[in-house]
Amino acid sequence: MMIEIRGLNKWFGDLHVLKDIDLDVAEQEVVVVIGASGSGKSTLLRCINFLEFAQKGKIYIDGRETDVKSKKLHLVRAEVGMVFQHFNLFPHRTVMGNVIEGLTQVKKIPQNKALEQGTELLAKVGLSDKADVYPAMLSGGQKQRVAIARALAMKPKIMLFDEPTSSLDPELVGEVLQVMKTLANEGMTMMVVSHEMGFAREVGDRMIYMDEGRIVEQGEPKELYSNPQHERTKAFLSQII
Amino acid sequence: MFDVPWDFTAIPRFFPGFYVAALLTLQITFFGILVGLALGLVTGLMRLSNNKLLNMPAKGYIWIIRGTPLLLQLMIIYYGLIDLVSIDRMPAAIIGLGVHNGAYIAEIFRGAIQSVERGQREAALSLGMTPAQAMRRVVLPQAFKRSVPALGNQFIIALKDSSLASAIAVRELLLRARQMGSATLMMLEMLMIVGIYYLLMTTVLTLLVGRVEKRLQVSDYRD
Repeated sequence: MMIEIRGLNKWFGDLHVLKDIDLDVAEQEVVVVIGASGSGKSTLLRCINFLEFAQKGKIYIDGRETDVKSKKLHLVRAEVGMVFQHFNLFPHRTVMGNVIEGLTQVKKIPQNKALEQGTELLAKVGLSDKADVYPAMLSGGQKQRVAIARALAMKPKIMLFDEPTSSLDPELVGEVLQVMKTLANEGMTMMVVSHEMGFAREVGDRMIYMDEGRIVEQGEPKELYSNPQHERTKAFLSQII
Repeated sequence: MFDVPWDFTAIPRFFPGFYVAALLTLQITFFGILVGLALGLVTGLMRLSNNKLLNMPAKGYIWIIRGTPLLLQLMIIYYGLIDLVSIDRMPAAIIGLGVHNGAYIAEIFRGAIQSVERGQREAALSLGMTPAQAMRRVVLPQAFKRSVPALGNQFIIALKDSSLASAIAVRELLLRARQMGSATLMMLEMLMIVGIYYLLMTTVLTLLVGRVEKRLQVSDYRD
């Protein structure tokens, strides 16, 4: 298993946001997580690369348990790529600067080697011509593709996508999903918090519905989508269509 | 013509004679700001730490320094500590101005660091950076850029505050004016000369800060 989660519980103060989460994600699996805002889906994702710390439970990444107090937490994060809703590109660095930041600073790869890899990655996301531009000059879709390239540069074992298209104008969603589809087809292990049903049905291996901090239901996306078992899932799906 | 008791032709005549005093003012200000920046960065970061052993001393330092007058602080360093250490007047002035500005600059840096969106640090961490790397490579460069206008303001205040060093016998502009005023019996003329010096220096400083601001805006718009 690429990700194993056992008995995960997380509180924000008195608010119990994740309740007894058990989840396995296999290598090369693409898992799509849906649920209303406040259902805990983003928090779950953020716990997997330790941007949030769960108070109870265990997380194994590629078979290894992670000690959240470890001084080597950053090494675990380097293996788990993350793409954010609001891109979070570094505004003071060019597109290329963003993509190679992890290579030069974390992997300590020499600048010229990093630039070679950066050039390949930008070609992969279709932004070769934007290498020397600052993020402020890009459209939302372009920013998110740079963010994906930046995460991929670390050659992560897992990619987490936290609502990658929800802050994009509708006409820009397609170009980002296209890059994600390519990635899924190449065998990347992915966990995607998104309500893009087209994407879920086309490349998702499994869809998870979360509500009030619990995994209510999961299954093959087409199946879950057309034949939800729980009332809450039905109600939710009827709302987002 | 009115018969005025002042001789304003003295202003151009005596103006060059304040050159050395102006250099002293610049020296106190420049080194005071350097000390202040170093202290401010360290204190600002300590203030943001979750560790009480780090943030409590920082809070205490800011509380005391911001809560008491610079004039008092200079007197304590120069006259008050005489039994403990004898500090020469120039170093005393520089230390005093530096320690004083450090407290204000710490708050400027703290505010600027806090104004950088949390997602920036998170993106850096998610790439595998250590918290220290995320601070140095991602948060601080953006925070520094945002702090430039407030820092510029603080530098101008520091330049004018250096005049308080006259109280510990540093022969900077203000003390020079008072001495020359007494000697020539042309107090207003001498005070006006140093007024012009201060205005010239603060104007140049304002222009410099404006240029730095412009240069740092590059990533906001340039293609």
